[in-house]
Amino acid sequence: MPDHKFGFDTLCLHAGQIPDAATGARAQPIYQTTSFVFDSADHAASLFNLQTFGNVYSRISNPTVAALEERVAALEGGRAALATATGMAAQTVALLTLARAGEHIVAARTLYGGTYSQLAVTFAQFGIDVTFADTDDPAAFRAALKPNTRAVYAETIGNPQLNVCDIAALAEVAHGAGVPLVIDNTLASPHLCRPFEHGADIVVHSLTKYLGGHGTTMGGIVVESGRFPWDNGNFPQMTEPSRGYHGVRFYETFGDFGFTMKARMETMRTLGPTLSPLSAFLLLQGIETLHLRMPRHSESALAVAQHLARHPAVDWVSYPTLPGGRYEALARQYLPRGAGGILTFGIKGGKLGGAAAGVKFIEAVEILSHLANVGDAKTLVIHPASTTHRQLTEDEQRAAGVSPEMIRLSIGLETLADILWDIDQALEKSQQ
Amino acid sequence: MTIVDDIAGLRRILAESRVIAVVGLSASWHRPSYFAAKYVQEHGYRVIPVNPNYESILGETCYPSLAAIPGTVDIVDCFRKPGEMPALAREAVAKGAKVLWMQLGIRNDEAARIAGDAGLAVVQDRCVKIEHARIMGGLNWAGVNTGVISARRPVHGS
Repeated sequence: MPDHKFGFDTLCLHAGQIPDAATGARAQPIYQTTSFVFDSADHAASLFNLQTFGNVYSRISNPTVAALEERVAALEGGRAALATATGMAAQTVALLTLARAGEHIVAARTLYGGTYSQLAVTFAQFGIDVTFADTDDPAAFRAALKPNTRAVYAETIGNPQLNVCDIAALAEVAHGAGVPLVIDNTLASPHLCRPFEHGADIVVHSLTKYLGGHGTTMGGIVVESGRFPWDNGNFPQMTEPSRGYHGVRFYETFGDFGFTMKARMETMRTLGPTLSPLSAFLLLQGIETLHLRMPRHSESALAVAQHLARHPAVDWVSYPTLPGGRYEALARQYLPRGAGGILTFGIKGGKLGGAAAGVKFIEAVEILSHLANVGDAKTLVIHPASTTHRQLTEDEQRAAGVSPEMIRLSIGLETLADILWDIDQALEKSQQ
Repeated sequence: MTIVDDIAGLRRILAESRVIAVVGLSASWHRPSYFAAKYVQEHGYRVIPVNPNYESILGETCYPSLAAIPGTVDIVDCFRKPGEMPALAREAVAKGAKVLWMQLGIRNDEAARIAGDAGLAVVQDRCVKIEHARIMGGLNWAGVNTGVISARRPVHGS
């Protein structure tokens, strides 16, 4: 009899965590320990040789962190996952497992600013070359491919432009070159989009955002689909004996979770950006309600977008599923259940200009929190031109998708009328 | 249905079997066959190596063929090329084994039919170590999506 297929909501609550064998505890125990005793010298040897599965040291694996890893792997429909200290660390671990000095990555041009810096500056210092391509043009990605390209990288929903990427088209480009498509699915979460269903091979997340969902805890994760053919000749580090782990051939030994094992035993073990067990516990508590929070984030954000589109103090509104928007068709294809809580709008500035009105708006809000994060249960607001992007010239800001009058909102779970009330009263003050 | 691919069926095979003949077992510690055999040996199974090139592996006498094994065999665990599977399936049937288990990356419809027609359960393209750890516990520590969903406390020693 085939296995029963559990629904997404059930997976949010159960995947990765059956009652504790030792105590029967129903909630996930927090294994706050650095290390795990060996049963014997032979057991220790088997663990170090990867001949048996078990825990040695929490930099490499920990039962609480493992519950989180399995849960996110299940939600994404993937084979295995590796949690990391932050979302930035997840990208680092994923991409450094794929590309080595002298190799190349093709990435979307509209990435989150921190990711852009990581690829353009830090990876360049490691000798990994990155070409940034027009996210809306799969042909530009194909044109940017080189013989030494080892990954194609993009975000489901770009930040702060809120562009929706054509995952299936980029997967075709990547697979044509024999390399995996890596998708940052942070702003959609697996509730709204599951990139593996559209051909992606690796998914990364900042768990800090919607998966954790409450603005309490940093975390990241790398998820592997289990479907990429690592023996296609482009990834000898997956098929040849490992220098970093005494001769193990990761793909042959671990098959469809070989990439995750390599990322864990080589990249994570040697670079060390581990997630703490307590953080994993807090993130798991958030994930238990992901399926309840995401529809509300999406419904309220769409309502706010529609409200702002009618507002006399607003020049423009960007939200993926807003009718008439540039990404409406792609949003319909990839985000049929909603587009999450993030939207941007341009505030009218009168003679002082949009930047000045933006500052006034931020200073006038009462329950919208002014901070540099997204995906909290609370509604967040930021004026990028005067904060996250203030070091840039106006031209540089525009190249990064930030205009002086742009306000970014991350719509939370408050009473919708209260969110609209606060926006309206702050907009009124911004125009005075 | 002789091909076993569901959690309940695999759990039954792993719970009811005790003797695993590992055909093509290597004596090199970093080879996948050695990984798998050492793991199942540590988890209470009797491993019988089958490989004409060695005298003994993992402290057990190594036999040149299934037919040369003196006692009974529950699972014939195959680390051989897919093309060799039909002949191996006939040997497994002759030996009176209960399960023909083809390892990760190995599928052969003819072998599955031969074994299945003789009443053997057939597992293909799965690793005995990974499946044991997936279903009995351990693989979850490696962040793998085991597919196991349950509100029951696992019973020790299973």
